Amino acid sequence: MKSILPVIALGSVLALSACARNKESLPPPPPQAAPALPPVIDQPATVPPPERVVTDAARGSGPGSQADMVAQAGSDRVLFALDSYALDEAARQTLGAQASWLGQYPAIRVTVEGHTDERGTREYNLALGERRASAAKNFLAAQGVDSGRLSIISYGKERPEMDGSNEEAWAANRRAVTITIAGTIAGSR
Amino acid sequence: MMVRLVLLLLLAVPAAATLRVDITSGIEAPMPLAVPAFPTPAAMQTPAGNTADLGRQVAAIVSGNLVGSGLFRAIDPAAFPAPTVAQVIAPPFLGYRTAAAQALVTGSVTANADGSLTVGCHLHDVFSEEELARQAFTVTPAGWRRAAHKCSDLVYSRLTGETGMFDSRIVYVAESGARTKRVKRLAIMDQDGANHRFLTSGQSLVLMPRFSPVNETITYMSFAGDRPRVWLYNIGTGRQEPVGNFDTMSFAARFSPDGRTLLFSVTRAGNADIFTYDIGARRTMRLTSSNAIDTSPSFSPDGRRIVFESDRGGTQQLYVMNADGTGAQRISFGEGRAASPVWSPRGDLIAFTRIQSGKFRMAVMRPDGSGERLLTDSWQDEGPSWSPNGRVILFSRTERNGRSSLRSIDLTGRNDRRIPTPLEASDPAWGPLLP
Repeated sequence: MKSILPVIALGSVLALSACARNKESLPPPPPQAAPALPPVIDQPATVPPPERVVTDAARGSGPGSQADMVAQAGSDRVLFALDSYALDEAARQTLGAQASWLGQYPAIRVTVEGHTDERGTREYNLALGERRASAAKNFLAAQGVDSGRLSIISYGKERPEMDGSNEEAWAANRRAVTITIAGTIAGSR
Repeated sequence: MMVRLVLLLLLAVPAAATLRVDITSGIEAPMPLAVPAFPTPAAMQTPAGNTADLGRQVAAIVSGNLVGSGLFRAIDPAAFPAPTVAQVIAPPFLGYRTAAAQALVTGSVTANADGSLTVGCHLHDVFSEEELARQAFTVTPAGWRRAAHKCSDLVYSRLTGETGMFDSRIVYVAESGARTKRVKRLAIMDQDGANHRFLTSGQSLVLMPRFSPVNETITYMSFAGDRPRVWLYNIGTGRQEPVGNFDTMSFAARFSPDGRTLLFSVTRAGNADIFTYDIGARRTMRLTSSNAIDTSPSFSPDGRRIVFESDRGGTQQLYVMNADGTGAQRISFGEGRAASPVWSPRGDLIAFTRIQSGKFRMAVMRPDGSGERLLTDSWQDEGPSWSPNGRVILFSRTERNGRSSLRSIDLTGRNDRRIPTPLEASDPAWGPLLP
């Protein structure tokens, strides 16, 4: 019975000649990529559900829609200083107005998205984005919005609002955005 | 007269000195290396191509790998005739000396009756005419490039005294599309860029992949289902599973050196703490609980300590703690901030991102924080990953208003080079040497 020697033992012992008979083999290498590709892993059968789709109700501009919130509250977003998650006066006013609007539509839930500009490392910015989202969410909750209606998500520096490596783009990207998602309003994913 | 002749002969053949590349210090001229085409005893067609053609390609891969390390320069193969099979083990050294080569790699490609291929690999010292190493590698036709990489590792390790890095793969994030709507896909390729394939479709935002050091598993973070969390993905079976069941975001996962544990961050009330995950037992455990962002954790090679990044002192800095979470001590004290540390598999250095004067730069320091050296000087270099032998740092470079690409640099700060990818790229992770 031929034994398969470990690679290291093969070392310098091998003698090759034009009519080699006694070649020693490594154990076959692990399955190679080319013949047997693993399935692309976010196929439906193996994969978590796709990302959120905005429903018709939230998309439109009627009462209770995202556009309606922007119109009534003045803005769907608040901005932050570099490396900061503190809410300035303008931010507090905007969030206060959002809270009032949410008070009129108790079925509406929101996700607060936190974002950063590009001038931080990737991991840290995910966490900083979440700090910003948390700050905004906590303020909304303090204004009386039931926390069961509030969720957060951070995209770090992955989803800039504005492309560019300049102060204007950076300032626009340091933000927390309030996104309405359907509660029991018609339509689901 | 006779004495003089003898002296000349002695001068012509340097005695005793072993052919060696010293890669730890000083400015080295790259060692001149000849890698002529590998002949074949019988030209045969295989699923990988004709063996004669494979012999040329194998030689080119070996040469490319070794020259790419910055330690060797290739003598043009046109400077000498292609070897015969007999010359593989008995090369005409005079011709190579004349061409000023110091090291010579010869080899052969043979198609076997069972369909496998055998690649022989021989390293010679051109001046002493000594054969320094030989090994044969038998592979499937689909894996023929691995034989070339293993030959490269044999030559590299014999000449440098270090383990190799060429028979390995890189996993990374391929990027495309507008920056405001970036599409990111996991991708994997051989370390030289060959055998590239995508692992995800781009439907979900994916980040920060890392390779298990011991098996065919990758960890990465995905925003699928609006639930940003860490996943384990077996690239052999294609199966994946989430890590833990947290209500909040988990990210920045890295494997322990024995591949049995994952280290990662989990957010909580606007902060982030480091957790471990026992992969076999599927059990998570909290390691830190500061009112700070603790992230980018990385084990020392002996598994007893962890370097990580924290802003518990006010700004992002590096800390080292015991593997049980106790005894955290700050180690970074230079100008600016320090982030994304990774402990070298050799244990001697920590690579990290130094943030100062508006730039991100690749840097290394010793685990006690001393000996910091900046390696690169571009706008945004981040996310370092070590080669399996702890000699080369792979990282992501973003140019101002421009593109993202993968680059590598030797830990001495030399040989800064781009790793070609089909699309833009970020978050590279260098996997282990394949068995």
